[in-house]
Amino acid sequence: MGTALLEVREVTKRFPGVLANDKVSLSLAEGEIVALLGENGAGKSTLMNVVYGLLAPDGGEILVDGNTVHVRSPRHAIDLGIGMVHQHFMLVEPLTVTENIVLGIEPTRYGEVIDFAKARADVAELSERYGLFVDPGATVRDLPVGMQQRVEILKALYRRARVLILDEPTAVLTPQEVRELFAVVRSLVAEGLSVVFITHKLEEVMSIADRVVVMRDGRVVGETRPSETDTAGLALMMVGRDVVFRIEKQPSTCGDTILEVSDVSVLDERRLEAVHSVSFRVCAGEILAIAGVSGNGQTELVEAITGLRKVAGGAITLAGSDITHASARQTIEAGVSHVPEDRHRRGMVLEFDLAENMILGDHRRLPFARHGVMDKAAIARITTERVAEYDVRTPSIRVAGNALSGGNQQKLVLARELGRDPELLVAAQPTRGLDVGAIEFVHKQILAERDVGKGVLLVSLELEEIQTLADRILVMFEGRIVKEFAAGEASDEDLGYYMTGGGGDKLAGEHAELSGTEVD
Amino acid sequence: MENGRDRDAGMRRLRAVLEQVATPFVSVVIAMAIGSVIIWAVGYDPVKAFSALFAGAFGGPRQIGETMLRATPLIFTGLAVAYGFRAGLFNIGAEGQLFMGGLVAAWLGIALAGLPTFVIIPTILVAGALAGAAWAFVPALLKARVGAHEVITTMMFTFIARYIVSWLVTGSLKAPGQIPQTDPLPVESTLPRFIDILPGLGTGRAHLGFLIAIVFAVVVWWVLKYTTLGYEARAVGFNRWASETGGVSVSATTVKSLCISGALAAMAGITEVIGVHGRLFDQFSAGFGFTGIAVALLARNNPLGVIATAVLFGALSAGAGTMQLQANVPHKVIFIIQGLVIFLVAAQQLAHWILHPLKGREEVKGA
Repeated sequence: MGTALLEVREVTKRFPGVLANDKVSLSLAEGEIVALLGENGAGKSTLMNVVYGLLAPDGGEILVDGNTVHVRSPRHAIDLGIGMVHQHFMLVEPLTVTENIVLGIEPTRYGEVIDFAKARADVAELSERYGLFVDPGATVRDLPVGMQQRVEILKALYRRARVLILDEPTAVLTPQEVRELFAVVRSLVAEGLSVVFITHKLEEVMSIADRVVVMRDGRVVGETRPSETDTAGLALMMVGRDVVFRIEKQPSTCGDTILEVSDVSVLDERRLEAVHSVSFRVCAGEILAIAGVSGNGQTELVEAITGLRKVAGGAITLAGSDITHASARQTIEAGVSHVPEDRHRRGMVLEFDLAENMILGDHRRLPFARHGVMDKAAIARITTERVAEYDVRTPSIRVAGNALSGGNQQKLVLARELGRDPELLVAAQPTRGLDVGAIEFVHKQILAERDVGKGVLLVSLELEEIQTLADRILVMFEGRIVKEFAAGEASDEDLGYYMTGGGGDKLAGEHAELSGTEVD
Repeated sequence: MENGRDRDAGMRRLRAVLEQVATPFVSVVIAMAIGSVIIWAVGYDPVKAFSALFAGAFGGPRQIGETMLRATPLIFTGLAVAYGFRAGLFNIGAEGQLFMGGLVAAWLGIALAGLPTFVIIPTILVAGALAGAAWAFVPALLKARVGAHEVITTMMFTFIARYIVSWLVTGSLKAPGQIPQTDPLPVESTLPRFIDILPGLGTGRAHLGFLIAIVFAVVVWWVLKYTTLGYEARAVGFNRWASETGGVSVSATTVKSLCISGALAAMAGITEVIGVHGRLFDQFSAGFGFTGIAVALLARNNPLGVIATAVLFGALSAGAGTMQLQANVPHKVIFIIQGLVIFLVAAQQLAHWILHPLKGREEVKGA
C-alpha cells in the first residue's frame, strides 16, 4: 500500500471541559471515499476543522503525501490541496456563480483587470469535466440549495483541491438532490480526487463510502467497509447500543375527525398562491403524513393551520369549531401544538433558559401565570419534570437553549408541545438534523401521542420517516395534494414519482415548467 | 451528586453575575486611566483631579445629594432605553418623551395650583407618564403596522417635542419678563427635597424623585423578570418568530413596550420640572434622554444595573465642577471620560479580552 494522500495521526483537541478529539487517526488514499460517521457532537466536524486549519490541534500530527504539515489556516489547507464544503455555505449571495468561484484568486489581465472571459471559460471547463452543471452567470442567491452546494464544490476544485471534505452535505438537500450529489462525488473520485464525507445518516454511508470510520465521544470506535456490515451494524457502532429501526406500530384506530381542512388556499410572502384549494381530514388516533419536496407549499399550509399565516380561502375546523381565522394564540388555546420545521427560528428562543422556553405559548395560563404574574416555582417544577420525562440532557434548567445539542433542543420543544396535552400535533420535519438516537426518541413520542387518541399531522421531507410513522400519506406537489396512499401501500419510488410531479395533471405539469426557475 | 450539581449551577450563576459586572467595571477603569493620561498630557495632575472629582461627588452630604440629583433623570431615561432594548427596540427618542412629560408636569403644576400636594403630585406623575407613553405611541404604531424604524421616528418626534416646548415657553405659557420660561410652580406642585423632610440630612438639592427612581428601577426589574408582560417583551426582543409561534402578538408587544419606555422617559422630565427647576424652560434637560442610552448600555440593560451606572454618570457630572475649582482641570474633561466609557462599552469585546486574554480568541475560532 502506497503513501496515504492525507493522514491524521493521534490528533487530540480539547475545548474547555470537553475532549472533542482523543487521539484520532484516519487515513485517506487517492481516489477513495471515506465516510466519517458519528452522532451530533461525536467530534467529526472538530477533526475536519483541525485538518482544514480552522482549529489548532493540542496533539498529534497531520501528513499530506507522507510529509508532516502544520496547517495554519484554511488558506494554507487549500495550498496543500485540501478543500472543504461547510454545512453552512460560504458564498457571496449577490454575486454570480463565476464571481464566487474565482473570488480571491481571480484571473487578471493588465494587472488589476479581472479577465471574466477566462474565468467563465475556466468554470465552464471545470463543470464539464466533473459533470457539475451550474449556470456560471446565475446569481447565487437565486439558486436552489443543491446548486449552491455545487458552487462550493467548484470553488474547491478551482483551487486545485485533491482532497474534498464535505461536512454533512446532505442535511439541506432533497432526495433528488442527494442522488445528484452522489453522482457528482462518484465522478470526482473517478477523476482521482479523494473525499471525506461527514454524516450521521447510515443509508448514505452504505451507498457512497468505500470505507467508514465511526466516531463516538471524540474517539474512533471502529472502521469498516459497507460490504462488511449493514445499517444496523453501523448504528450499533455509532451509538454504542442497539437502535430500534422499525418501531412497533399498531394499526390506527381512526376516531372522530380532529382537524378538517376544506378547500384551503394560502398565499406566500410574494402574495402568490402557495397552497391551492387543499382538503383533507385528520382523525383522532391517526398520523397523517404529508410528503413532498421542500417548497411545495407545506410550510405555508402548516403556518395556515397553526394561525401564523392568513388563510386566503376555504375553512379549517378543529374538533368541529372553526379556527380558519384564529390567531396563533387562539390556535394553541384551542388545542393545537406545533413542532416547527425550523427550531432555531420558530421553535425556541435560543437566549432563553430551558424554563423560559418550556412555557412559551402557555406563559399566560395557569399554573405558569396568574393575573399576569408568573409563578417561578411552578415553572421550575414542571420544567424539571418534563426535562426528566423527555430525557433532555442538560446540566441545569437554567442554561440557555443554545447550550443544548440539536437533539436535546428538539426534545425540549417536544416536551413543551406535548406537555400541553394538545388535541392535534402538527409536526414539521421533527427530526431534521438529529442523530439516530434522537430520531428514535422523537418517533416514539409522536406514535405515543397517536396511541392515546390524538391527531397528528406530520410534514416531512424524509421518506423513511413518513414510511415509519404514517397511517395515511398525502403527497403534495406545487401546492396541491396530488395523491393519497394508505400506510404501506406506496414504495419510496411511488412517493418520489408523485413528489416530483409525476402524477400531476397536464396543468400542474405546465405550471412546474413555468415556475421551474424560481425555486427558492 | 445532586448537591454537586446544585453547587455547580450556583457557581455558574455567580460567575455570570460577576462577568456582567466585571466588563462595565473594567470599561470604567480603562476610561479613567486614559482620562488620567489626557489630564496629565495637557499639564494637570491626574491624582489631584480625580481626588477632587471624588470629593465633589461623594465628599459630604451636600455632594452626595448633588450626585443623587444628577443621577435621578438618568435612572429614568436609562430604564426607558433599557426596557426598549429588552424588547428589541432602540428608543433613541427618550429625550422627546422626556420633554412631553416635563411639559405636562409644568402645565398641570400651574393649572392645579391650590389643590393639596397629595392630589397634585400623583396626578402630575400619572398624566406626565401617559403623555410620554402617548408620544411613543405614534412611532410604536408606525413600527408595528408598517415597520417604520423607531430610530428614525422617535428621533423625529424628539425634534417635534422640543419645538413644541420651545414655542409654548416663548408663547402661551411664557411668564412675564424677558426670559422664555413658565411661571414658577406653586410649592404644592413641587417634589419635596430630602432636607424639607429631615433638615439634618444636609443633602442639598436632592429631592424625592431619587427614591421614586429607585422604586421604578425595582419595579421595572420585577416586571421584566416576573410578569408575562416582561416575558413577552423579552421573547420578542430575542426572537420574534419564536414569539409569534408561541402565540405572542409581536405588534401588540412592540406597541406596549415602546409606550412603557416612553412613560419611563417622561418620568425624567417630570421630576426635573417638579423636583429641580420648579418651572419649565427651553433647556431644562441636559440631554438626559441621550445620556440614558449610555447608562442603559453600560448597565447591559439590567434595570438594577441602571441605578449603579446612572449614579456613576451623576457623580462624574456632580464632581466635575469641584475638579475644575480645585485642580484647575476644565470640567469638559468629564465629557471626554464619559465619551471614553461609552466607547469602551460599545467595544465590550476589548474589556472581555482583558478579562480573558486567551479564551476570547479560542471562542471566536471555535464558533
